[in-house]
Amino acid sequence: MNLIIAFMLMTTLIPMALMLISFWLPMMTPDLEKLSPYECGFDPLGSARLPFSIRFFLVAILFLLFDLELALLLPLPWSSQLPLRNHTFFWASTILIYLTLGLIYEWQQGGLEWAE
Amino acid sequence: MLPTIMNYIINPLALIIPILLAVALLTLLERKIIGYMQLRKGPNIVGPYGLLQPIADGLKLFVKEPILPSTSSQILFILSPMLALTLALTLWAPLPLPSPAADLNLNILFILALSSLTVYSLLGSGWASNSKYALIGALRAVAQTISYEVTLGLLLLCIIILSGGFNLETFNVTQENMWLILPSWPLAAMWYVSTLAETNRSPFDLTEGESELVSGFNVEYAGGPFALFFLAEYANILLMNTLSVILFLGSSNTLFSPELMTTNLMTKTALLSILFLWVRASYPRFRYDQLMHLTWKSFLPLTLAMVIWHLALPIALTGLPPQL
Repeated sequence: MNLIIAFMLMTTLIPMALMLISFWLPMMTPDLEKLSPYECGFDPLGSARLPFSIRFFLVAILFLLFDLELALLLPLPWSSQLPLRNHTFFWASTILIYLTLGLIYEWQQGGLEWAE
Repeated sequence: MLPTIMNYIINPLALIIPILLAVALLTLLERKIIGYMQLRKGPNIVGPYGLLQPIADGLKLFVKEPILPSTSSQILFILSPMLALTLALTLWAPLPLPSPAADLNLNILFILALSSLTVYSLLGSGWASNSKYALIGALRAVAQTISYEVTLGLLLLCIIILSGGFNLETFNVTQENMWLILPSWPLAAMWYVSTLAETNRSPFDLTEGESELVSGFNVEYAGGPFALFFLAEYANILLMNTLSVILFLGSSNTLFSPELMTTNLMTKTALLSILFLWVRASYPRFRYDQLMHLTWKSFLPLTLAMVIWHLALPIALTGLPPQL
């Protein structure tokens, strides 16, 4: 078991212990009003599992694309040491320029408009 | 046997427990500083200068009755705060102060990957609460966090190219001559603002202070689980500031007195955290579309250009860092 796993074990045990303390230490008197979901004092109107706005989905997709681009660019510290550095630079800028073109298209089409 | 116990149990605890203490005192520091900035004193009743206030807060939170709403998904409800605090504490392991608790070769990648996982705890808590306020607050928080993660990652890539590897300890070597903030101050500025947004901190704290009564994804949490979220948030603040100092305001690694470097680093961290609090006291909240405009239309194009810049210039001027 290496060190980072041991560390993670510690950092998992401590919140677990804190949660156990917080559920066992206080005096719990649950009643129906306390346990109902909060909506400024009224009974909840409609279900909470409502469909959400498409803009959140769009932001998530954009994040996914740019994160994949970041993943493609991750070898740069090592690849910039290769003998043919021009090639590295060329391909890295190609990736970046393609994604920038995609960003420009999306911006122009209004996808970022109130990407909220 | 003793080395094993020391290494695997006492060493992590020796890092985690002072962090939790620092987090508790950071809450007090925040209240005092914001108070003085608003021409009033912060808490000063509980102990001398209010020093026992965090303990009182902690006791109150753990003695309060935790609510487990009847309509919530109970397992996810309980797991989300635990995930948040676990990640916030685990992220401290690979930080070189100057020698890390867990010496990983790809430090920054580990930190970047784990800090992306905190999104799950936001989403889980919002979803599991089964309340409309919580869900919408959580969705906004998640959209904000993932948007700023893009620029965070690309900015890290720029300075990693300058520094030569994904190991945070190479940053100490890189900054032996001068702080990395000097050649890359636009990156540092964008990084600082992005860390403000990542930790859901003012002026980007829509999700917390949305309509000040309803606290977004936290609304159904009370008592102990709320304390866990709170601890996780402030631990993230300290972590991001320490990371900013290691990356940009490097401390000189004086070889024969590493504790001097730790003091140096933590002093700068404290100053940056106070800057976080100063910003909280000074600026009004961003509107949500302004926040998204900032990252997708202001930071991202500049960051993409910066990546090409930081890749081209060292190659062209033969200034590439040595490969370890």
